[in-house]
Amino acid sequence: MSTPLLTVEDLRIALAGERTYDAVENVSFEIGRGEAFGLVGESGCGKSITALALMGLLRRPLSLAGGRIVLDGQEIQHATPAEMRRLRGERIAMIFQEPMTALNPLSPVGKQIAEMFVLHQGANWSEAMDRAEEALRQVRVPSPERRIKDYPHQLSGGMRQRVMIAIALACGPELLIADEPTTALDVTVQAEIIDLMAELCAAKGTAILMISHDLGLVANMCQRVAVMYAGRIVEAQVAEAIFAAPRHPYTQGLVNSLPRLGERSRHGRQRLREISGVVPSIATYPAGCRFNPRCAAVTDICRQIAPEITPLPADGLVRCHHHG
Amino acid sequence: MLLVLTRRLANVIPTLVAVVALVFVLFSVLPGSFISAMNEDGRSAMDPAVMERMRKEMGLDDPLPERFAKYLAHTAVGDLGISFRTREPVTKLIGARVWPSLKLVFVAMAFAISVGVTLGFFAALRPGNILDTVSMVFAISGLSLSQFWFGLMLMYLFALQLKWLPSFGYGDGGLTHVILPAVALGVGPMALLARTTRAAVLEILNADFVRTARSKGMSERRVVEWHVLRNALVLVITIVGLQFGSLMGAAVVVEKLFAWPGVGSLLVDSVFQRDIPTVQGCILLIVLFFLFINTLVDLAYVVIDPRIRHG
Amino acid sequence: MKWGTNTWVGGGLVGLALAVAILAPWLALTHPVMDANLMNAELPPSWEFPFGTDAQGRDIYSRVLYGARISLTVGVVSQTCNSLIGVTLGLTAGYWGGWWDDVVSGLTNLMLAIPSLVFALAIMAILGPGLVSLVIALGLTSWSYSCRIARAQVLSLKSQGYVQAAHILGYGDLRIMFTQVLPNILGPLIVIATLGMGGAILAEAALSFLGLGIRPPFPSWGSMLSEARDQINTAPWLSVFPGLAIFFTVLGLNLLGDGLRDILDPQSTTRRT
Repeated sequence: MSTPLLTVEDLRIALAGERTYDAVENVSFEIGRGEAFGLVGESGCGKSITALALMGLLRRPLSLAGGRIVLDGQEIQHATPAEMRRLRGERIAMIFQEPMTALNPLSPVGKQIAEMFVLHQGANWSEAMDRAEEALRQVRVPSPERRIKDYPHQLSGGMRQRVMIAIALACGPELLIADEPTTALDVTVQAEIIDLMAELCAAKGTAILMISHDLGLVANMCQRVAVMYAGRIVEAQVAEAIFAAPRHPYTQGLVNSLPRLGERSRHGRQRLREISGVVPSIATYPAGCRFNPRCAAVTDICRQIAPEITPLPADGLVRCHHHG
Repeated sequence: MLLVLTRRLANVIPTLVAVVALVFVLFSVLPGSFISAMNEDGRSAMDPAVMERMRKEMGLDDPLPERFAKYLAHTAVGDLGISFRTREPVTKLIGARVWPSLKLVFVAMAFAISVGVTLGFFAALRPGNILDTVSMVFAISGLSLSQFWFGLMLMYLFALQLKWLPSFGYGDGGLTHVILPAVALGVGPMALLARTTRAAVLEILNADFVRTARSKGMSERRVVEWHVLRNALVLVITIVGLQFGSLMGAAVVVEKLFAWPGVGSLLVDSVFQRDIPTVQGCILLIVLFFLFINTLVDLAYVVIDPRIRHG
Repeated sequence: MKWGTNTWVGGGLVGLALAVAILAPWLALTHPVMDANLMNAELPPSWEFPFGTDAQGRDIYSRVLYGARISLTVGVVSQTCNSLIGVTLGLTAGYWGGWWDDVVSGLTNLMLAIPSLVFALAIMAILGPGLVSLVIALGLTSWSYSCRIARAQVLSLKSQGYVQAAHILGYGDLRIMFTQVLPNILGPLIVIATLGMGGAILAEAALSFLGLGIRPPFPSWGSMLSEARDQINTAPWLSVFPGLAIFFTVLGLNLLGDGLRDILDPQSTTRRT
């Protein structure tokens, strides 16, 4: 297999506050060229800031505190701001959760797409606007020649997200990071956007890092999935295995809590299962395994010693004393 | 655009009429109406016959609503009455003073905007930095200054001691005479603009769409030029519009201090001389100007912010 | 700036002004009005007269101390008046809505169209100079901001259901306003009141300076400045010290208001835009 596109090794992100906290630690994963990789976790587990760290967009009080990030053979965790700027947009692009606030309200959307061409490919504005119109067509926005002059507030949520996708893919990046791209959208629109993303990226050979709290969505779209909890990756496997045979109690909880069609009729009424307890805040991470207060299979060792990573077949891993 | 303008005008006219009414009522009905005021002052022990003649002349025996209607009608065509003091039309008196006041107010505002916005902007780009702290201390001090006292100190330092600038008066209409009064007047709005610009820019720098812009690979400078400036403009314009109001209030005192021949000093003099028509006329003009500025601000919003344009 | 610094420094300055005002008779060296000795006219600052003397030979230091009384009184009383009017109007307008709300909104727009100093000037013109008319004029012309804020807060509370819930429980209107709504708006109102006091003191100084407020020989800081103006060249200290007193007092109030805002009103409903 060729070298992976992105290798993240032992990533650590610090949060400066009254003390310095480790918001994210010991995070490692790899994304191959053109691969769709999913990162799943509840709000506050650190998945979004991991993505920001890859882009070099962490701001005070967060900072990159350790680990390696290797893009196509090149280490970038110590890159200068100027070097990171060259990467952004051209080689790594990102789309965010809230398309309404992610676009400049005072600038027409066409211009915001055209910026990419002016910035990275030295186009003049007139050329860039033409190419922006073409980009809108590619993301299946109807009447693109009129839409390029519209402002963000004149578009629906789904259309705005299409604009964001157009911006992100404008210069053909090697990696697209999508941070909860459909969470703020209507359910009917979600599937369309996901399909669009998958299709465009497959066509251009762009790898996707899909970040979401929705395990079902991620498992459908991605080849491999990693699950994050309280700043650590607790399990990573190929998508089918995550569903069929989750090894970490947290993943098992997530899989079990997905409502399934059909089971009711087979098993009679079935209650929705939940994982009891709440995600801990950074300042109150438990000692030992961070999941231990909520785990059904908890024992003494879980409360004292943080579990090591156990490799699994097919490049998987799990972090649990009692996995499997 | 036109719709906004007409809507605005529809608001302005009732307000203006209400102001006219308020001022009129205040000066005519409350104790101290001009006739008895003239007597209290002891300035002239008036011959009752003369007083009677004046009453007839001024139509003061007519019922209040009628007097008000007459006043309103006159005002609408630009006739603000006759000054008690000089017997000249009030419009003529005020007319000579409009340009100096406008000049003072605009130069002061220009000073306030150029210094205040620049200061606030650069303070926001480096929050917590020493420049930031110093600028903000500077700003809050500017807000706490008594503008005429500051003018007095400036006058002492630059005009009387250093003799770099003239200490009062309009002079030949050149720049040197307007500098001191304009700085004294502008320091308050400058301080407020510095603080507000800083807050607005900081908020924008942390906004989602700026994060998107950075994720596109834009240099910080481009981010500021292409995305931050226009968004900050909206807030700045709001403040500028509002500040014109308090600026005109303070201008009254600064004009008196520097013997600046503007509407403000005319207002003060007329108050002392109980020259009611002139007082009414001055207040009216000040309010009119302020409402005009606010309308301009509203129009500027429409131009800058497309969200307003599309309703 | 950390909220701590603002509140402490501001509070300290305000406390100093208050202390000076209260303790003036004990801290002053002479009587501010009566002790005038023409032999001592216009002396520069010295050990005997720390701030110098004025044209009538009165000690500036003592006059500044007594001036604190007048300025602070004017500030507190007029601001209280403004707050009372503004809160009452805003509270009732937001609460009852309807035609009353329209009336209040119209009134507020009217007030906002006239610069407050000009309006105060006009009222002083009618009432004549003096402390009482000054307080009335200032107390009647700056209530629009408190009114707006109070009204906005009431409307926001209404939408949150507080008021409806109390209605259902059978509380009378007045009781709701006092026990439910008022405590919630107290924070922003305190901030406005503190900042407003600074404005009132500056306005008093301006009006007295023009000769429409406190008249000489009474030692308000503003009237002292009006007396000092003509001697600016020969006796500059006459202008410096009263002005500095105004500056530090208002600065203290502004800093305190800023600091209080960070504590009491962190969502910044009162950040003047």
